[in-house]
Amino acid sequence: MENLINIAVKAIFVENMVLAFFLGMCSFLALSKKVETATGLGAAVVFVLGITCPLNWVIHQFLLREGALGWIPGLAAMDLSFLNFICFIAVIASMVQLVEMVLDRHFPPLYNALGIFLPLITVNCSILGGSLFMVEREYGFLESLVFGLSSGFGFLLAIVALAAIRKKLRYSNIPPGLRGLGITFILTGLMSIGFLCFSGIKLD
Amino acid sequence: MAGKAKEIIFDPLSDNNPITIQVLGICSALAVTVKMETAVVMCVALTCVLTASNTVISLLRTVIPSKIRMIVEMAVIASLVVFTDQVLKAYLFDISRQLSVFVGLIITNCIVMGRAEAFALQNPPGLSFLDGLGNALGYSIVLIIVATVREILGAGEWYGFSLFFLPKDYLGNGLALLAPGAFIIVGLIIWVQRTIIKKFEDS
Repeated sequence: MENLINIAVKAIFVENMVLAFFLGMCSFLALSKKVETATGLGAAVVFVLGITCPLNWVIHQFLLREGALGWIPGLAAMDLSFLNFICFIAVIASMVQLVEMVLDRHFPPLYNALGIFLPLITVNCSILGGSLFMVEREYGFLESLVFGLSSGFGFLLAIVALAAIRKKLRYSNIPPGLRGLGITFILTGLMSIGFLCFSGIKLD
Repeated sequence: MAGKAKEIIFDPLSDNNPITIQVLGICSALAVTVKMETAVVMCVALTCVLTASNTVISLLRTVIPSKIRMIVEMAVIASLVVFTDQVLKAYLFDISRQLSVFVGLIITNCIVMGRAEAFALQNPPGLSFLDGLGNALGYSIVLIIVATVREILGAGEWYGFSLFFLPKDYLGNGLALLAPGAFIIVGLIIWVQRTIIKKFEDS
């Protein structure tokens, strides 16, 4: 249990997807102009990361990793881990499509709230990054579920905070060359310094 | 034709730079620039993937049904990235360990997808190849500038060599090596570049 809490705290604060690993920057910068859209995107990321991380874990564990095909006689030495990238991105793309269809059919309000952000998530690096980190760090099933959900939550936290700061900045007098992208980068850098104060926290 | 080709290659270097103007492919630009060595390898890897994917997608552009074009593009890009990753693992194992997940993340690097959608789907293979090359070079220039600043400030070295103009006991500014340093340096580069080419956003 402590292990799981530790993974969650680490993924949200210490090794935040955006502020420490730079993942999902494109949508982070593009969609942080308004707090509402930022919340929508963040919620969609939590949702999709929480589903794809454990699902990709199952695929990696039982089909792709070295020796995973041991249940088929004669294939025990097979190592298909070079297919990781293609399989993960296919799983992510189809999961996003599936989630979109299910939400459209059964939870129309949530579907309308997430809107255009759901399909965009396929090419958000933090989703694929989550699965790749999960393989690199050799998490178990529960660990990868917790890791997926909490990295998504870290993304949500960062993007909502940035959107709120940018809203405050609307009436400030920024030098012309820094307007838009430049100042957003510097803001993100300052937020990242803030998050550095969590580094070294370990609960075990 | 020659003039157009020249424009396609040189436009992305500054006026339409993929990172600072089009805002594509930022994740990897920030993550691999702690040292020149990793930055250069990443530039080469991205150049190979981007030129190849632009050419292949442009060759296939008449046969790809527009409804499933995203998936076809993903399949092409992902196979090229798998290939690049295997080559790196075979010949540059140490560096491929340092690049960690970021080689795999070329798949979701917005430059590759973005150029395929915006250019390769409408243009013949030759021009698409040049467009891929130009954008890859624009990306590489920014990466190399950021890596140079970060390595000199942070470690007092450039490409692993010590520098004569720095004092022998230079301690290194740790912030430049950490994530915030990368964000702030890219922000400052954008400021300088946009001031020079006079391209401003309304805030």
